[in-house]
Amino acid sequence: MSARLPVDVITGFLGAGKTTLLRRLLARPELAGAAVLVNEFGEIGLDHLLLERIDGDVVLLKSGCVCCTVRGDLKAALEALLGRRARGEIAFDRVAIETTGLADPTPVFATIAADAALKHRLRMGAVVCVVDALNGAATLDAHDVSLRQAAAADRIVVSKTDLAPPEACSALAARLRALNPVAELLLLDAETPPPALWLTGAGEGPPSRWRADTPAAEPGHDARAFLLEAEAPLDWARFGLWLSMLLNAHGDDILRLKGVVAIEGVAGPVAIQGVQRVVHAPEHLEAWPDGDARTRLVVIARTIDPERVRRSFRAFVGRAGTNAAAASA
Amino acid sequence: MCGLCGSFAHGHWSDGVASNAQTPTAERARRAAVANAALAPFGLTLKSWGGRYVLSSRTGKAAVVEGFGDLWPAAEKLGGRSCDPLDATVLARLELGA
Repeated sequence: MSARLPVDVITGFLGAGKTTLLRRLLARPELAGAAVLVNEFGEIGLDHLLLERIDGDVVLLKSGCVCCTVRGDLKAALEALLGRRARGEIAFDRVAIETTGLADPTPVFATIAADAALKHRLRMGAVVCVVDALNGAATLDAHDVSLRQAAAADRIVVSKTDLAPPEACSALAARLRALNPVAELLLLDAETPPPALWLTGAGEGPPSRWRADTPAAEPGHDARAFLLEAEAPLDWARFGLWLSMLLNAHGDDILRLKGVVAIEGVAGPVAIQGVQRVVHAPEHLEAWPDGDARTRLVVIARTIDPERVRRSFRAFVGRAGTNAAAASA
Repeated sequence: MCGLCGSFAHGHWSDGVASNAQTPTAERARRAAVANAALAPFGLTLKSWGGRYVLSSRTGKAAVVEGFGDLWPAAEKLGGRSCDPLDATVLARLELGA
């Protein structure tokens, strides 16, 4: 499992500053071994040895499963890179992908998580979303895809903070925290170097990254984050059945799912995360976040009543005579 | 290797099993039983069949599915209706049977 190379994704709306952030990150020695895939070559040159271009086709596999929407071009680009690496033609230890500003990043995750040929050689690294301090609020208002980008992120960079009034930066940061309480947030100006750990630390950080702060109850008109909790360990089959059913029916409106689950017969916590209909392979963690051995899943969703989801979780995953699944605000 | 990590070797994230699972055949039969409680409101049943499952409707239609990953799209196609775990009627029925 450790041999799988991490794939980091830089997403964000048009003009948010993705290429600038990537260029600054790639200047760090910790990221010297990254192969980079970009959607388009912008005005800001990326001076990097392993820069490759990907084009834009999205493919729905004939199996018909919606989570099998893969980016055919990205798959081909990744396979070509891995082939050259295997032949000793190039060396790299991670891959960074910059998505186009108008793209929902989910097909990128699906390509890594669901493609039979790639998922044994690659794993998801960090998903970093860049939001422009000047235009970010208006973009979130006007473009659904920018909401999806921010909700999918592990880390959100608010860029161009030196160009926007401090109160606008604070308001945008508060809105992003409410929209995606599981993401770390960094306000970045043009001078301060971004920490390289923002890419390299994904999956290697403290277990607290799986434990969100209490989600905001009502983050305005954006999607809302809410918590599913259970006191007793869950039956894995019941949980898998329910979550598969929920995502099949409502995957378009469930922008993000992230948390830790206690499973009957499994000693430690199991981390679960997904974006829309794509769920990554479950991951065993060393220890419970904050020593609290309970199931806690943060769901970021639109148009879905959180109380109905909690009721469904209890009905499908909880069992008669036990209090396996308890709702929590 | 813990069985949960078996999901790397199979097609869907939910395919792995916990370490208290019995034989693969027994685990598939147990999963089918778990699924049948959820499928009942839709008039569908699931049976373990070889290394896979057979999903059947009351009218005799059937489909082979690999696991929970492709179960629900197949159930909707076979049953001719959406399988929504948030549907109030479905929830009420499950809660009554609990």
